Amino acid sequence: MEITSTPYKRCDLVKIVGRIDSGTAPRVQEALNLITEAGRFKIVIDLSQVDFMSSAGLRVLVNTQKTCKRFNRGEVVLASVPANICASLDLAGFVPLFKMFDDVTAAVGYF
Amino acid sequence: MSGAGFPRTQTFEGNYASLADIAAFVRQAASEVGFGDFAMYMVETAVDEACSNIIEHAYGGEDIGKIQITCQDAPTELKIIIQDWGRSFNPQAIPDPDQQADLEDLPGHGLGLFFIRKWMDEVRFSFSGDGNVLTLVKRKE
Repeated sequence: MEITSTPYKRCDLVKIVGRIDSGTAPRVQEALNLITEAGRFKIVIDLSQVDFMSSAGLRVLVNTQKTCKRFNRGEVVLASVPANICASLDLAGFVPLFKMFDDVTAAVGYF
Repeated sequence: MSGAGFPRTQTFEGNYASLADIAAFVRQAASEVGFGDFAMYMVETAVDEACSNIIEHAYGGEDIGKIQITCQDAPTELKIIIQDWGRSFNPQAIPDPDQQADLEDLPGHGLGLFFIRKWMDEVRFSFSGDGNVLTLVKRKE
């Protein structure tokens, strides 16, 4: 799994490539923590190249959303969510927690 | 792996680095019995969650014990049998997550077992002196 973080003027873009499971989810959490610990809470996560996400990955998304939405200081939004991962989010009841965009451009433009 | 026939069994080290290999093993079986993309994803998810729980809860950490997985093909279903030799647990004691909870109150755990129960057609646990056996059944359409 690979993670690339790109700071933009109004938000941070995090692109993840590969599989997010119990082994790799902690690395995703660390990458997102680096952003929030720098005081930046508007985050776009590009999931277009993620082929699998377990509940460990879903928990990372929810934990980070909690951190970002606190005090209305920001938000995590998702871009290019693959259908299978969308089904996982839906089954977990997490769809209402995240705005989702068809592509990164639209997601970055949201902020 | 391909062409190995059914049933097929493989044993994996009980660590998180094995999860990708375990996924490849069960996806291959699911593909060979004719499952479509989403059914394969449901099987991969259930097995990944089960094995993650074995490592975290049954063994209480990585590289404590092994995980043995058997895939059996039947006319109407794929059966996946996952065995470990760690601590047993009471699956009835794990409630489904509360999906109505506020964001701040969402539970951190219990989601894996919820996925397994929702996405598999049959889920059976058995615990004996010779380890813990989880049998997952996914029916063919």
